[in-house]
Amino acid sequence: MRTTSADRDSADHEPADHEPADRELVIHKPATREPATREPATHEPAAREPATREPAIHEPAAHEPAAHEPAAHEPAAHEPAAHEPAAHEPAAHEPAAHEPAAHAPAIHKPLIHDLGTLAHRLHHPPGTPCACPPPQLLADRPDGTVVRSGPVVAKAHAADSDREALAARLALASAPELTGILLPPLSTPDTPGTAGTALRPVTFWPYGVPVDPRDPDAAPWAAAAVLLARLHRTAPPPPLPPMRGPVKAARAVARMIAALPGDGAVLPVQAAWRALPAWARGEAAPPAARSGFLCHGDLHLGQLVRHPAPDGPWLLIDVDDAGRGDPAWDLARPAAWYAAGVLAPQDWLLFLDAYRSAGGPAVPAEGDPWPQLDVAARALTVQTAAVALAKCAAEGRVPDEMEQLMIDSCARIATFPPELAAGSAS
Amino acid sequence: MMQCPKCHAQMQTYNRNGVQIEQCSGCRGIFLDYGELESLTRLESQWSQQAPPPPPAPQAYPAAAPPAHAPAWGAPQYGQQHGGHYGHHRQKGFGRMLFSS
Repeated sequence: MRTTSADRDSADHEPADHEPADRELVIHKPATREPATREPATHEPAAREPATREPAIHEPAAHEPAAHEPAAHEPAAHEPAAHEPAAHEPAAHEPAAHEPAAHAPAIHKPLIHDLGTLAHRLHHPPGTPCACPPPQLLADRPDGTVVRSGPVVAKAHAADSDREALAARLALASAPELTGILLPPLSTPDTPGTAGTALRPVTFWPYGVPVDPRDPDAAPWAAAAVLLARLHRTAPPPPLPPMRGPVKAARAVARMIAALPGDGAVLPVQAAWRALPAWARGEAAPPAARSGFLCHGDLHLGQLVRHPAPDGPWLLIDVDDAGRGDPAWDLARPAAWYAAGVLAPQDWLLFLDAYRSAGGPAVPAEGDPWPQLDVAARALTVQTAAVALAKCAAEGRVPDEMEQLMIDSCARIATFPPELAAGSAS
Repeated sequence: MMQCPKCHAQMQTYNRNGVQIEQCSGCRGIFLDYGELESLTRLESQWSQQAPPPPPAPQAYPAAAPPAHAPAWGAPQYGQQHGGHYGHHRQKGFGRMLFSS
C-alpha cells in the first residue's frame, strides 16, 4: 500500500487551486475533425473556479490485484496497463507503481492532480455544484500518465515526445477515414501552452470501457483483428512518421540490460535479440515492400475500448506508437504469446482468422502465416521477456509462470535462425 | 523427476496454457494427470464439431491432432505430434501480460 487514503486526500487537496497549465503541461489540440461523439464544455479553462470543487484524485489501490476489483467499482482503464491499475502491472519504462510510497515519484503527484483538474473542467459546467466522482488515475508512466474524470480522459505524453509526430498521430486519430477504427480525441477549448522545463503535452479523449481482464471469454480477439485489418488497409496520410514498434523493443532490451548488469539471466534474451535483422531492432528501415502500411505499433488488450461507453463498438486507442511500418508487427504480440504457450490456440486462431477474413494485408489469406510473422513475433517475444526481467529486477522477485514462458521462448528463438520470408528480413 | 513408464528415460514437466504435462525426453511420450484425458476428449469433441471434417481419431499414444501453424521455436506442444491440450485453464494465463506493452 502506498499511502493511506487520508494521506492521498490531503496530498491531493493541497494544491487544489494552482493553475495546472503553468507548470508542466502543454495542451495539445487535435488538428482536424471535431469528434462526432462529444462536445466538451466550452468554458474558460484558465479561469479559477471558486464555486467548483476540484475533486481529489482517486488512485487505484496499488496493492490490490485487478482481479479482485469488481468492474463497477473500478471501471478503470483507458490505457495500456491501466486495468491492473497502473499499479499492478506497469508497462515498459515505468517505475513499478506498486512499490512503497517512498518510491512513488512525488513529482508526479501535481501532474496527476493537474490532469484530473483539466479533464474535469472539460465536462463540468463552471459555477455549478460538483457531484462528480473524483478523478481516477488510469496509468502513470513517464511515457503516458492518464487520468479520467467522468466522460473525459486526459493523457500527458512523454516529455520528450516529438511534437510534430504527435500532432500527425493526433490528426490520424481524428481523420474521417479512421472513424470506427481509432478513438478520436476530443477537441479542446483554447488553452495557452506555456514554456518551461519538463513540459509534457496533454491530449483529451472520451472515456471508453476497457477489456475486462477477468473475463477471458469476452476478450475481443476477433474485433481487435478486424480493426487491425481495416487500419492496415487504410493508406497512411503523408506526414505520418514510422511506427515505433522496433524502437520500443530496443528500449526494452536496453532497460533490461541496465537493470541486470552482468546477470546471466539476460543472455538468452540478448541472444534472441542479436539474431534479429537490423530493422526489427530499430536500427534500419524495414524492407520497403512491407514498410508502407498504417500500423498501430503497440497492440495489446489494453488498447481497446468500447465507445460510447458502455456498449459501443470496440475501437483502438493510444496512437503514440502509430505510423508507417510492417503490419505484421501488430499481429506479432498475440503471435508471440501463442508461440510461447501463453495464449490458447483457439484464441490465436480466432484472431488470425478474423484478420484474414477482413482482408488484412500482413499475412497471406491462406496457409502458413509464420513466414510473415516470424521476425516481428521474435522481436515481441524479446521485448516482453526483457520487460519482464527488468520488472523482476526492480521488484526483487523471480519471473512468474507466464513471464518464464516468454523467457523460455527466447532461448528457443536463439537456436532457430529466422524463417526468411521474401522481403521480411533485411 | 519422473521416469518414463515405457522407456525409463527422464520426464520433463511442461506447463503450457495452464496444463501440466510430463513429456519423456527419450520416446517423447506424454504422461497425463488424472482427469486430463477426459478434458482432452471433451475439448476434442468441441473442436471437431466446429471444424468438419474431423481427422481420423488417433489410435496410438501419444495422441496426434494436427497442430495449428506455429514457428519452429514455438513451445513444445506445438509442432510436435501432440496438439490439442490447451484452454481449460485459460483463466490462469489471462490478464497482466496481455494488457501491457
